[in-house]
Amino acid sequence: MTVAVNPTQTGEPVFYLADEHPHPEGYSTSLGFWIYLMSDCLIFAMLFAAFGVLGANYAAGPAPKDLFDLNLVAVNTSMLLLSSITYGFAMLTMQQNKIAQTQMWLLITGLFGAAFIGIELTEFAHMIHEGATPQRSAFLSAFFTLVGTHGLHVSCGLIWLVTLMVQVWRFGLIEANRRRLMCLSMFWHFLDVVWIGVFTFVYLLGVLR
Amino acid sequence: MSTDTRAAHADGHHHDDGHAHSTFSGYMLGFVLSVALTAIPFWLVMSGTLPSKQITALVIMAFAVVQIVVHMIYFLHMSPKSENGWSMMALIFTIVMVVIALSGSLWVMNHLNSNMMPIHEMTGMK
Repeated sequence: MTVAVNPTQTGEPVFYLADEHPHPEGYSTSLGFWIYLMSDCLIFAMLFAAFGVLGANYAAGPAPKDLFDLNLVAVNTSMLLLSSITYGFAMLTMQQNKIAQTQMWLLITGLFGAAFIGIELTEFAHMIHEGATPQRSAFLSAFFTLVGTHGLHVSCGLIWLVTLMVQVWRFGLIEANRRRLMCLSMFWHFLDVVWIGVFTFVYLLGVLR
Repeated sequence: MSTDTRAAHADGHHHDDGHAHSTFSGYMLGFVLSVALTAIPFWLVMSGTLPSKQITALVIMAFAVVQIVVHMIYFLHMSPKSENGWSMMALIFTIVMVVIALSGSLWVMNHLNSNMMPIHEMTGMK
């Protein structure tokens, strides 16, 4: 940003900002948070790459066809999709300054998110019970790492959601809380985008293979 | 940063610039599209309607790409204008990185896999 500003009396341009102009608090939060999400995206890309490389190495162990129940995955996907739209409603009611409705939609979002995690953990428990542990084959290691990292993100999102509900309950929809809710909105929708990759490349293509 | 954004920030109400157009109809349109774009791939795989697995795989990957774009536009409110285009710059950079990393890994590792000496030949070398 070397813009010629504040030309001095001699007429020579100065190639820096003489005074840094003040920014309101949270001025750059959404761009900064977006850049964090992009770096998180790279983490998931690496895990997808690992799964892409190792996904067919079953080591004579169970294959996706033996393990995955697509009905369960479809239910799980709809949980996450529903939680995305209810978070959207929370943002809309937040814009209209309706605290009670915002809290209600956040609660519903949290319940859908918890249902997603619950179903995923049930699936994991079922697989481990059948002997399909992460140690069994490279495919299962890559599977548990990728899907587990996503699940961990959603769990962190749930903790964040509860924290923000307490914040809104105690301090109302103040500027800082609006900003935080907007960041969580980006985080939550981003996790849904990652899940599109998971259900397509891990579950659907796995069963197809 | 241009002067008009600074002016927009000065009054403190445009905290959500670049996220301004979140409307009920936008969210609902995005939701309906994503439900369709999720349900069709699941149905294709579970019913096996398409004749070959390759075609099914290509079709569901195409659906995934479209659904990611739908989520970006309607849920994450991406537009070339958000944050003066910096969000889009970060996104394009990330996509370039992801494409290089993913295609490179798959390509190189696939070559390594196919050039690996089979185990029975290795045991014969003892």
